Amino acid sequence: MAKSKKPAAKSKIPAPKPRKPQPGTRQDSAAFLAIYRQMALIRAFEEAVRSLATSGLVPGLVHLCSGQEATNVGVISALEPRDIIASHHRGHGHCLARGAEPNLLLAEILGKAAGYGGGRSGSMHVIDLEHGNLGTNGIVGGGIPLACGAALTARARNSGAVSVCFFGDGALNQGLLHECMNMAAIWKLAVVFVCENNGYGEFTAIDDVTAGDSIPARGEVFGIPSKTIDGMDVLAVRKAALAAVTKARKGGGPSFLICNTWRYGGHHVGDKQDYKDDAEAKAWRAKDPLPRFAAWLAKHHGIGARKLSNIDQTVAAQVASAVDAARRAPEPDSSALDRHVYG
Amino acid sequence: MAEPRILTYREAVLEALFEEMRANADVVVIGEDVAAAGGVFKQTEGLFAEFGANRVIDTPISEPGAFGMAVGAAMSGLRPVFEVMFGDFMTLVMDQLVNQAAKVRYMSNGTAKVPLVLRTTMGLGANLGPQHSQSFHAWAAHVPGLKIAIPSTPADAKGLWKAAIRDDDPVLIFEDRLLYTMKGDIPAGDHVLPLGQARIVREGRDVTLIAIGRMVEFAQAAAKLLADEGIEVEIIDPRTLVPFDTKTVIDSVKRTHRALVIDGAPRAYGVTGEIAATIAEEAFDWLDAPVGRLAGSNTPVPFSRSLEKLARPDAKTIAQHVRAVLG
Repeated sequence: MAKSKKPAAKSKIPAPKPRKPQPGTRQDSAAFLAIYRQMALIRAFEEAVRSLATSGLVPGLVHLCSGQEATNVGVISALEPRDIIASHHRGHGHCLARGAEPNLLLAEILGKAAGYGGGRSGSMHVIDLEHGNLGTNGIVGGGIPLACGAALTARARNSGAVSVCFFGDGALNQGLLHECMNMAAIWKLAVVFVCENNGYGEFTAIDDVTAGDSIPARGEVFGIPSKTIDGMDVLAVRKAALAAVTKARKGGGPSFLICNTWRYGGHHVGDKQDYKDDAEAKAWRAKDPLPRFAAWLAKHHGIGARKLSNIDQTVAAQVASAVDAARRAPEPDSSALDRHVYG
Repeated sequence: MAEPRILTYREAVLEALFEEMRANADVVVIGEDVAAAGGVFKQTEGLFAEFGANRVIDTPISEPGAFGMAVGAAMSGLRPVFEVMFGDFMTLVMDQLVNQAAKVRYMSNGTAKVPLVLRTTMGLGANLGPQHSQSFHAWAAHVPGLKIAIPSTPADAKGLWKAAIRDDDPVLIFEDRLLYTMKGDIPAGDHVLPLGQARIVREGRDVTLIAIGRMVEFAQAAAKLLADEGIEVEIIDPRTLVPFDTKTVIDSVKRTHRALVIDGAPRAYGVTGEIAATIAEEAFDWLDAPVGRLAGSNTPVPFSRSLEKLARPDAKTIAQHVRAVLG
């Protein structure tokens, strides 16, 4: 992962140039291992949430991103601390990749006082400004204008920050997306539009509700460079994101990335997915981003199974500890009902 | 100390905008036709020339996206003033207003805020028909997390505007565009009014009129008619619906023992019901008559000159209702 040697860039320090991967060097091995670790953490976290939800411990509905780790981490690994993201209802992975504390995230998912929203928000409304995250969002497409608005702030303050808005294929048919693409293009905002296309908007296949044969065309019509990427390949996503982020930071305006991916768990936990085809699911599972990236690490960096298994165990322990802490954490006090309605 | 100056309502708002934009570079104006054109009612005239395109931003006619961007800009540090050209177009920004702006502070447990002003119009009277004449302040007041200001004079407009821009929550300002030419004294200096402080417009012993927006002007005209009959009305302008200055209203009703609540929007489920219920709850034992309500008709706003007049209260209907409340 490209990281500045200096701490978080709050100041006018110019953006560090993304370092090109140098296969085989120790430093880059560490950066790539960090990418693996983040994807493994997201997978372990989501599977723990699934288990908690099926045990009836998660209030309401919860939407998991298992299978979409490469799009989450590939894009976010291209960002700097000063950059801003806006996520969507399937957003635990974005929160974690951006630096959210698993303990606090899980506490919020369980509606506990220690959570990011004090237990009042839940999985779909996790706002973590400390890590440049305007929040997961319960409205399909709702985060898109928020991220673009942060780009207006970056422009007004000349901060050099780049915004990324994540949305699913369901949001492709929200007017909000097209309005924001138009404005981002006319104002040359430093925004990267990232569609995590997992093939289904809620329970309906994208092809059934989406006209035209080109999703990139929906960006190109506004003059926004648009590209379709294998969203199960974290390095492909990262490469495209680095290019888009660098361009935006230099004043080159918005880009649109369509990352084709797959959600393993259906729309929400408990979705039987009887609208999906088994063969299709099997084919996508064969592209699972974690073993795929593991194979790449072995081939190009000589990283063996044992090292990755150590990472798997570390994140498993981290998630187990978060589960334990969140389960034992207290419910919000009754005084939390009307706290922070107004400042 | 400088003498008070006379400005129109529109000039008073513009003065507030100039002062706040000069004082704080984070204040930006976003809306349709607000930049070079200076606003459809010339209500942003001159801002673009002084502050430039990065701070006075013309948007395409894309209210949902543009307002959503203002919310994101507010979350990330700016203090946007967003203009919704006609109150009717509030419907287009409701998702970003209700589901995002109003809830960010709550959902983030106080770690994020949305310091923005949404400015829009209210009130009929210009024959603009059913889609350009509505008043949606009651809709907005129903949403926890939003503050609602409705200035009825130039001085209040300036003071409430400055307070709204400095406030750390989303504040909606509803302006009856037929007030834009109203003239009035503007206090000298940094005139900032606290949100949540009603104004006693006129003192009187017989009945308390609580009037919203331009209804204050009509209530004052009614007060003159009634004074000739020996009826002395007290008029209170709440100035903000959220927060609401319950104390000033209740104290007045305890003195006069009668109340009439007046609003220009349709009566059903509107602010007159809420305020009347509050009076009944808080001052029941002091009341000598049921609290009266007078509001707009429960119809779309009609276009024709003769019909439009019937759709909202005026001085004459206010006076009639006062007489009824007095029995």
